[in-house]
Amino acid sequence: MTADRPTRAPAGRRLLAVLAAALATLVAPAALALAPAAADVAPPCTPDDQTACVAMIVLDADNAFVPGVSGTITGADFEVDVTSTADGPVSVAVPSVGGYTVAIDPATVPEGMSPDVTERQVTAQSGSTARAAFRIAVGAASTPSASASESDDASSPAATGAAGDAGAPLGAEGGDVSAKGVSFGQFWQQFGSGIRFGLLLALASVGISLIYGTTGMSSFSHGEQVTLGAVLGFLSINVWNVPIVLAVPLVLALCAGTGWLQDKMLWGPLRKRGTPVMQLMIVTIGLSMAMQYAIQMVPQIGGRSVRVLPQNPVPLKLLGITLSTASWMAMAVAVVVILFIAWFLTRTRIGRATRAVSDNPALAAATGINPDTIIRIVWIMSTGFAGLAGMLIGMSFGSFNWALGLQLLLLMFAAVTLGGLGTAFGALAGSIIIGLVVELSNLVMPSDLRYASALVILILVLLVRPQGLLGRRERIG
Amino acid sequence: MDELTRVLTQALAELIAPTTAAYALAAIGLNLHFGYTGLLNMGQAGFMLLGAYGFGIATIAGAPFWLAFLIAMAAGALFALILGLPTLTLRGDYLAIVTISAAEIIRMLGRSTVFQEWTGGASGLKGNQFKETFQALSPLPDGRMALGPLEYINTGSDSWWTRLFAWGLVLVAVLFVWLITRSPWGRVLRGIREDEDAVRALGKSVFSYKMQALVLGGVLGALAGLVFVLPRSIAPDGLGRTVTFFVWTVMLLGGAATLFGPVLGSMLFFAVYMLLRAGMRTGLEGVVSSTFVEQFGGLLVGVTLMILVIFRPQGILGNKRELAFNVR
Repeated sequence: MTADRPTRAPAGRRLLAVLAAALATLVAPAALALAPAAADVAPPCTPDDQTACVAMIVLDADNAFVPGVSGTITGADFEVDVTSTADGPVSVAVPSVGGYTVAIDPATVPEGMSPDVTERQVTAQSGSTARAAFRIAVGAASTPSASASESDDASSPAATGAAGDAGAPLGAEGGDVSAKGVSFGQFWQQFGSGIRFGLLLALASVGISLIYGTTGMSSFSHGEQVTLGAVLGFLSINVWNVPIVLAVPLVLALCAGTGWLQDKMLWGPLRKRGTPVMQLMIVTIGLSMAMQYAIQMVPQIGGRSVRVLPQNPVPLKLLGITLSTASWMAMAVAVVVILFIAWFLTRTRIGRATRAVSDNPALAAATGINPDTIIRIVWIMSTGFAGLAGMLIGMSFGSFNWALGLQLLLLMFAAVTLGGLGTAFGALAGSIIIGLVVELSNLVMPSDLRYASALVILILVLLVRPQGLLGRRERIG
Repeated sequence: MDELTRVLTQALAELIAPTTAAYALAAIGLNLHFGYTGLLNMGQAGFMLLGAYGFGIATIAGAPFWLAFLIAMAAGALFALILGLPTLTLRGDYLAIVTISAAEIIRMLGRSTVFQEWTGGASGLKGNQFKETFQALSPLPDGRMALGPLEYINTGSDSWWTRLFAWGLVLVAVLFVWLITRSPWGRVLRGIREDEDAVRALGKSVFSYKMQALVLGGVLGALAGLVFVLPRSIAPDGLGRTVTFFVWTVMLLGGAATLFGPVLGSMLFFAVYMLLRAGMRTGLEGVVSSTFVEQFGGLLVGVTLMILVIFRPQGILGNKRELAFNVR
């Protein structure tokens, strides 16, 4: 705000800030590595909303359970020894969702027989049992395909029963975390998941950036606009029986309609009154609360986790990355829409006018652009794309609940701040980075902390480069 | 008739409930941030959660009550320092984004399995693990006591002693805020709220004053967390964003930048909130479910916040000229 800023920032404080950042990066992984969960007994595990189970199954050629084979279930910070029994699978409750390695000890396999594999990767999810099946045959190892693990393996999007505001990870998918290090295959799979999350996040957060750019307001109700898209997607496919091909444009139109309505009834009149931006921000908080509870009042949603697509996801492997077919299609839609946004902002009259208003509203108005019209278009676009993103996220992550937007809002803020508040292309770049960080952090951290990693990045960015990747210095002071 | 008396008694009980005191305390802290200094702290629940954890974990580790009390305060102060360093030189909304994110990080760390040994994970710390030292301090005799229609045990979780302590703390906080805001220091804070550059031109370090306000308000927030958990367990999800937004509603309802605004706001908010919900539960019994009542109540709070900010941003006691909304 003032020219004397740079000289007023004492070098000592700068140094302190940098040291704090460095310390934080050093300490965080160390602290996470602490405290291995103690689990020495293995009671039978019943999955519920809070509990995820991992089971080891040892079968012989006739599908009978083989007793006496000992194995180890290893997770990020968890290790337990189990011994197979003749009556069924041995299951244990694991402390967190994510990837686990189940290994059997070949020495304990009955004489003259050998297992097909000695190690399987499974992904534990709340509310289900991840099974690792081993087949033991006489003589040499049988073909692995004969004994594909009948588990919810990394290919199927998780249906994590997120509990309320509990911040349960959205679709804890594909985290093949093993204590034995990370293979390239796992990295590549997580990379693919990260790109998917990043693309969908970009679609959601470009609206925050556009609104911020044109009105100067950080919209806290944007998260609920995302949830609204998922809710309308769920309702149109499952309740109104609209075919998916029509449901996507329907949701887009309905959500864009809410943006138009909001600007007409709420933001437009408030702009005319000259209400200060800070006041508007608190209005968005009120709106966000009201929408959250209104969404919970939809009888088909309530506090439950629901699935947008009623069918079971079909895995599809492309470029060595296994994601559900719906995810691949959602990514394709996201790419098309993002390219459209880029074309719109750079090549059309209205798009250029939008960027002009973001840059300098007074100057834009002086050149004959009506900022009010532009802001209305921005609201319509933002809420429409947020709704579309919500629907696509609901489709590709299996299930969602009313807290979807609440969880995403902070990641969206992290993404737009990282890219530079108010710059649309910054939001795209920031989202991809945040998506990758969230998914890749799974490889080295417990999966219940993966969102926290993105938020730590946000704070570090503000320390080092507050204007973000593509932002300009003068915006921040 | 009986039902009406019950509903009214429930609303009356909310006026002096420990939770009401906790919200009042959190709102006093937020008032120091937003009302007097113009800082947009959107993570007051994070301060509260840290205060609660600081108190609970210290007590479980064997600290006497007042040491645990000091540790809770220190936790709030440290959190404020960490948040303030990167953001206080930037525009106001950066602080908002960082505080709301940091509060979430605290909650996620609290409920993660990594620190389960200390925080109890998602299920939190049970009340009987950390309340003994507090209840041992009670000067009240054993037994129960009735005051008008309200009757509680003297010492225990939901007791007269908890209420006495909670409101005593609120009183001390009000006195403290009254003293510091009428001092020259308080006038500098108001100056920063009105025009940062003018204060800078007078040779004051705006950063340092903002940081002091952030720390003091954060310490009050941490104490609010301590009071908040006295009648219940320490559960990370009980202190999420909704709590922050309720604290904002409480503060804006009473009036930002006023001494008694947060206290009045908290008492009024919770009494009316209870009156509405209990009234709906009783009056519409069989028509609507109790979940519906909770959700509808929450919806009304959101709408109230919007209407309040649009039509009466100064709240009940506030002065329209003394508003923190115009700062950047």
